[in-house]
Amino acid sequence: MRSGDRLDVRGGLERLAGHPHQVLTWVGDDGYPVSVAVQATVDAVAGRATFAAPAGLAVATDREVSLTGSHIRPQPGYGYDERRHVTVWGRAAVIGDGQLTLRGLHAWGWDEAEVPFFEYSERSLGQSRRYFDALSAERGTPVKPRLSLGWLALRATRLPFLSATIVPVLIGIAIAATHGSFDPLAAVLTVIGAALVQLGLNVANDVFDAQLGADDANVTPTQFSGGSRVIQYGLLSLRQMATLAAVFYLAAAAIGVVLLAIRGSETLLVIGVLGFVVSLGYTAPPLKLVYRGLGEIAVAIGFGPLMLLGAYVVQTRGVLSWEPVVASIPVALLVALILYVNEIPDIRGDARAGKRTLPVRFSRVTVVRGYDIAVALAYAAIVVGVGAGVLPLPALAVLLTIPLARDVHAGLMPNYDNPYGLMAVMGRNIKVHAYAGLLLLAAYAAVLIAGAVAPSLNLFLG
Amino acid sequence: MASLPEPVERLLEAALVGDLTVVNRAGRPITYPLIPLYDGERIFLTSSVLFSRKLEHIKRDGRVALSLTDPIALGGRADRATIQGDARVIEDDPHGGWERLLPIWEKKEPAIVAFLRARVALPLFFERSLIEITPRRAFYWPAGRADEAPVVTELGKEAA
Repeated sequence: MRSGDRLDVRGGLERLAGHPHQVLTWVGDDGYPVSVAVQATVDAVAGRATFAAPAGLAVATDREVSLTGSHIRPQPGYGYDERRHVTVWGRAAVIGDGQLTLRGLHAWGWDEAEVPFFEYSERSLGQSRRYFDALSAERGTPVKPRLSLGWLALRATRLPFLSATIVPVLIGIAIAATHGSFDPLAAVLTVIGAALVQLGLNVANDVFDAQLGADDANVTPTQFSGGSRVIQYGLLSLRQMATLAAVFYLAAAAIGVVLLAIRGSETLLVIGVLGFVVSLGYTAPPLKLVYRGLGEIAVAIGFGPLMLLGAYVVQTRGVLSWEPVVASIPVALLVALILYVNEIPDIRGDARAGKRTLPVRFSRVTVVRGYDIAVALAYAAIVVGVGAGVLPLPALAVLLTIPLARDVHAGLMPNYDNPYGLMAVMGRNIKVHAYAGLLLLAAYAAVLIAGAVAPSLNLFLG
Repeated sequence: MASLPEPVERLLEAALVGDLTVVNRAGRPITYPLIPLYDGERIFLTSSVLFSRKLEHIKRDGRVALSLTDPIALGGRADRATIQGDARVIEDDPHGGWERLLPIWEKKEPAIVAFLRARVALPLFFERSLIEITPRRAFYWPAGRADEAPVVTELGKEAA
């Protein structure tokens, strides 16, 4: 059995034996606990610990006593680590020669080497809820945990993930600009509208994952995975989050209507409707795309072609071309890989909740191979696009992110079962998408600059 | 209220961790490692709401003991002590009420201030209640040896 919970007596005694001293505790006749450090000889197989009776103190033999071992490692200027403790309860008996023996009855303990502190905290959420419920009942008014509004907004909306939207939208706008179409007001509205769609998606995702049990089942969330947790932590209610999601979607829809009015086209309408369906259907019933192993495809389509082409056709008033389609392929693949990698630490919780993501469905070897293939395809799309004369030559700069992607590949297998070890890998993977997108954007900035200062310079092959 | 013996006070000030024992409904001792914070009169500990079971026990029975026994957590000191006392839970403001102890806490764990600034990362850890212990009796082992009887100091029952 893992620590952080009840242990079997033998396991508890074995852990106790690993401590250089133990704290013997019993409740005295006056009701106060008495504790004294002893050095016990542990026989875990026999289920007992033997130690010298402490001088000057009468150890209770008619009630349960406990032996506790605890350990920390002080870290100057930091605090401590290597936290672990274990307690074994049992009856003490005098066995002669001033010796006492404790026969173990039950045990409990925690070792952060086995259950990391963050997981231990997540496993304790029920106790937190009971605490606030009891305090609320005692006071006759709701008492809830709090965060400042700024931090709460950041956490609830997962604002830092907006790069997934900003990157493709700016690329779409930039490509349109190189094609001679640029309306600054429409560009600003597009960025805001697309960001609102993603914020709606982020919040709605938490609402439906809470309703479907996926976030509750996840005890190893990280800063990149497992949702915002604001519902699980009691910081916001399900209803508040549902309202917030609706507000974001309504605001996005309002901007969409304005864009249709000022730069409208049938193509934009189709993209807008598709985007809304993919965004909401990502987690929401009946589609629940991410629960069916279609989350990566939904994200690839939503944050790749739909965002990029949507931004493009706003500027061109519905005129399409192959260039934004091709440019959206690497962006789509790399953004889907963010989700794909971020789903790895959630495997256990997702599987329990019936969220059949690709990492839940496939073996680790297949998952890592899947990453390799998808990331290779993303870079191949750039090379082929440039080679075919569809993408500008400076787009090859995207290949500079290959070492970062290689780092992600290298970090996946060793950290596959360690959600907290994966955090650095997930962070790098997000950078692959962001840096690749920014380099692609920079390529189009170069095309624009070249067009302005040296119109005869052709940055496309062929 | 009589003061704790001076060496016990020094141990409290040095201790990075002590073992708090409370008594559960069944009369069984339950022990939790916590950072003891001493203001010269009372001992304070804080408990996150995540690990607040101990608070339920204290609210039902305030008789507790705090033992200081680990030479590593005591900065190499070999002497040991156990302090019995009456505990009460202070939970007027779990969000920020405990922060008045930050100056004492920071002396033992300097990083706590930086952690608190990043409370968004683990918000429930920083929703905390205070445990205030009024010492009633102290057991002190100058050499830290259990085969020597402790020096016992009665601190009285009068209200502080």
